[in-house]
Amino acid sequence: MTPILECQGLTKQYGNFYALSNLNLTLDRGQIVGLLGPNGSGKTTLIKLINGLLVPSDGMVSINNLQPGAETKQVISYLPDKNFLNDWEKITDIVAYFADFYSNFSSERAFKMLGDLNIDPSKRLRTLSKGTQEKVQLILVMSRNAELYILDEPIGGVDPAARDYILNTIISNYNENATILLSTHLIADIENVLDRVLFIQNGQLALNTTVDEIRMQQGKSVDSLFREVFKC
Amino acid sequence: MPWELDNDRPIYLQLMERIQVDIMSGKYKTGGKLPSVRELALEASVNPNTMQKALSELERSGLVYSQRTSGRFITEDRDMLKKMKHAIAGEQIKAFIEKMKQLGFEDDELCTLVTDTIKGENK
Repeated sequence: MTPILECQGLTKQYGNFYALSNLNLTLDRGQIVGLLGPNGSGKTTLIKLINGLLVPSDGMVSINNLQPGAETKQVISYLPDKNFLNDWEKITDIVAYFADFYSNFSSERAFKMLGDLNIDPSKRLRTLSKGTQEKVQLILVMSRNAELYILDEPIGGVDPAARDYILNTIISNYNENATILLSTHLIADIENVLDRVLFIQNGQLALNTTVDEIRMQQGKSVDSLFREVFKC
Repeated sequence: MPWELDNDRPIYLQLMERIQVDIMSGKYKTGGKLPSVRELALEASVNPNTMQKALSELERSGLVYSQRTSGRFITEDRDMLKKMKHAIAGEQIKAFIEKMKQLGFEDDELCTLVTDTIKGENK
């Protein structure tokens, strides 16, 4: 089977600054992968390149053997790190919009999750708190039947109880052929849910291994290893 | 509630231990069916692939066996269960003795302490 994601020599340059520099990465299907790194290390740049929101300066990225474009947007369900919805709209209207836009979107799944988190779909998005708005966005993204989910900081703003629910949603919606790539700073919270972690440092891949390999070889959690590697 | 897991040891090993204890304690019956990988992963709040690995390892040890379409079952081999129970107890006791040695107890002293405590509890 072709890997879901492949990056070769991927580079993004702004003047003299390399946001990403010669990054090589292959991700197989059926994994939950944590993209970890300090602020400004290149996580969001990588995510934007995969989604075709940025164009590489050099190297290539392919999803399902395809360059980023209209076809790959069907395959990828992407949660950006900023609000991407019209906040004056009602949630029901936003759900209808998603159902209209994406053929692999399940309104049923979205309304079930909204109900589980006690979010009233008749409300307008902007009347909700920041954390609740984030939950709505994540619900929409997770309600698609995609092959690659890319979540940029999905749990940053939500409370610990909702965080548990979201992680459980990720586990229970998890399908053997889908890969989830998520960036976060809350490593300890998600560590048990991950198969694999990628450490990214100064635009380069510093580590690509499984959670249990880190624990076996280093006798410490990913969280402690991160604190050690990126000590300020 | 997610299962309590240590930070410094491989997750799949801890899942194996937990399931072993649950089998010994009778939470899962001898010869009975285990919940599915997904159910167990959700209960523990861990990655399904990690749970899958833990169950495959338990299968290799012979404690559980899978039947192609109907899921995983716990062995009915009582001898094996007994052996495993003793193995787990042995490890716990070794760890306990290690700690007591650090506190400076000698072997015979330790034995009296243990028997006295048990007697005290049984009163």
